[in-house]
Amino acid sequence: MNKISIQNFSLQYSDGTESLRNISLDIPANQITVIFGPAGGGKSSLLRVFNRLNDLADVIQQEGKVYLDKEDILSPKTDVIALRRKVGMVFARPVVLPFSIRENLTYGLEVAGEKNSDRIKHSVEKSLKQAALWEEVKDRLDDPAIALSGGQQQRLCLARVLALEPEVILLDEPTSGLDPISTGKVEESLQDLKQDYTIILVPHSVQQAARTADLAAFLLQGDLVEVASGDTMFTNPQDKRTQDYIQGRFG
Amino acid sequence: MKSSSHLRNRQQRIGFSLLTIMSFLTIIPIAGVVIYILVLGAPAINWEFIAGFPRGGMREGGIWPAIVGTLYLTLGTAVFAVPLGIGAAIYLSEYAPDNKTTQLIRIAIINLAGIPSVVFGLFGLGLFVLFLQFGTSILAGSLTLSIMTLPVIISTTEEALKSVPQAFRTVSISLGATKWQTIRRIILPQALPGILTGVILGLERAAGETAPILFTVAAFFLPRLPSSPLDATMALPYHLFVISTQVPGMPIKIQYGTALVLLVFVLSMNIIATTIRSRARARRQW
Repeated sequence: MNKISIQNFSLQYSDGTESLRNISLDIPANQITVIFGPAGGGKSSLLRVFNRLNDLADVIQQEGKVYLDKEDILSPKTDVIALRRKVGMVFARPVVLPFSIRENLTYGLEVAGEKNSDRIKHSVEKSLKQAALWEEVKDRLDDPAIALSGGQQQRLCLARVLALEPEVILLDEPTSGLDPISTGKVEESLQDLKQDYTIILVPHSVQQAARTADLAAFLLQGDLVEVASGDTMFTNPQDKRTQDYIQGRFG
Repeated sequence: MKSSSHLRNRQQRIGFSLLTIMSFLTIIPIAGVVIYILVLGAPAINWEFIAGFPRGGMREGGIWPAIVGTLYLTLGTAVFAVPLGIGAAIYLSEYAPDNKTTQLIRIAIINLAGIPSVVFGLFGLGLFVLFLQFGTSILAGSLTLSIMTLPVIISTTEEALKSVPQAFRTVSISLGATKWQTIRRIILPQALPGILTGVILGLERAAGETAPILFTVAAFFLPRLPSSPLDATMALPYHLFVISTQVPGMPIKIQYGTALVLLVFVLSMNIIATTIRSRARARRQW
């Protein structure tokens, strides 16, 4: 079943830095879809379409349709706030808000108007467990989040998204600043999480793409070159450019 | 080779020494002013001088009405300038589109800062005292000082807001917060120390100004405390001007005593602002 469907989507920023050309892609529910390719190819731009974060950027042209469960998310009538609660995002650099660990987790719920303190408390524990951080922080939830290590901060960012119980999780190179052990923990969490969530990941390396992808999409300079299951993509790519990139001839 | 590196080292030493001397030279006038005022003014300071009313053609007694007047004017300025200035800064930093109108507003604010204070005084006289018929009053004086203080408050607040990392805004929005929730819950609290510093520095300038209050509020001699915002009042800077130029036979120590009180008033606001800033920097989580 497809969770998200992108149809003939094109995008251009006003400074002309990065753009997407005529992208069509179906993203299946409860799988990890990996969007990979060299820098500047439009991976982050594509990711930011799904939660309309591009609204904050200077977009001059946008065409095509993007559906989340049959809902046209690019429509001006879309409730963007509600959309962002359904489609959470983890960024490349862990940005913890200047609050305590607990407040980082409850922030999203509070701005959503959640007043039930039992539910908030429960969601703190649940999301931290899902992000494999609970054991490390359960005794110091009221410490400043900035005191955590980089890897812990990134898992906190993941937990912060999970606390909102979204349907889709976007991850933009979530492990680019992390050591191999922390990276492993995050990747492990993703495998567990896909039971409940649709995951779209921009990996920080081809190796990570190969390790995690159920479905893989190769994005090169704004063009979607090839889409295939993870197994096929990294063993038997069809397009010459995909082969070259995977084998490390460029990028 | 060796001699040229020797030469370079010597040039560097001379350069550093010159710069060190120059930076020490800047302390001299500041220290000079403070010490001079302190030495000449300190003998005048006693309880009667601070808490008493002027007597004998202001040549005796105290300066209490002027102290109270300056306090009222500073508070009055804060009442008008702080909400307006912070509001304008939030709009400019977080909401305003980057277009001609916004640029025009910015240019207006910058130019407002460059207008000589005596011009503000005349403007206040025309608008608040005469046209709006507030009379020479604390209300008219506070409003005049507010207009003069606004650019300081707006630009420092805008700086403080802009220094909060952009990533906080992006993350907050991505978690489903509205722009206003982001500003209220993250941006404003994080920018608060910087805003407070700017506000205090702006008010400090208002407290020490003579020209804007000259035509709008200041009384030459008014040996009672103001009882309403529509009363005129004495104020420290104007009182200092009066006793230094308008009253023959004025004892020197009264003049410098008044200057010392004004200096302490303004410097303590400055110290509060600096303390807030350095404490916040030490605590800041980004």
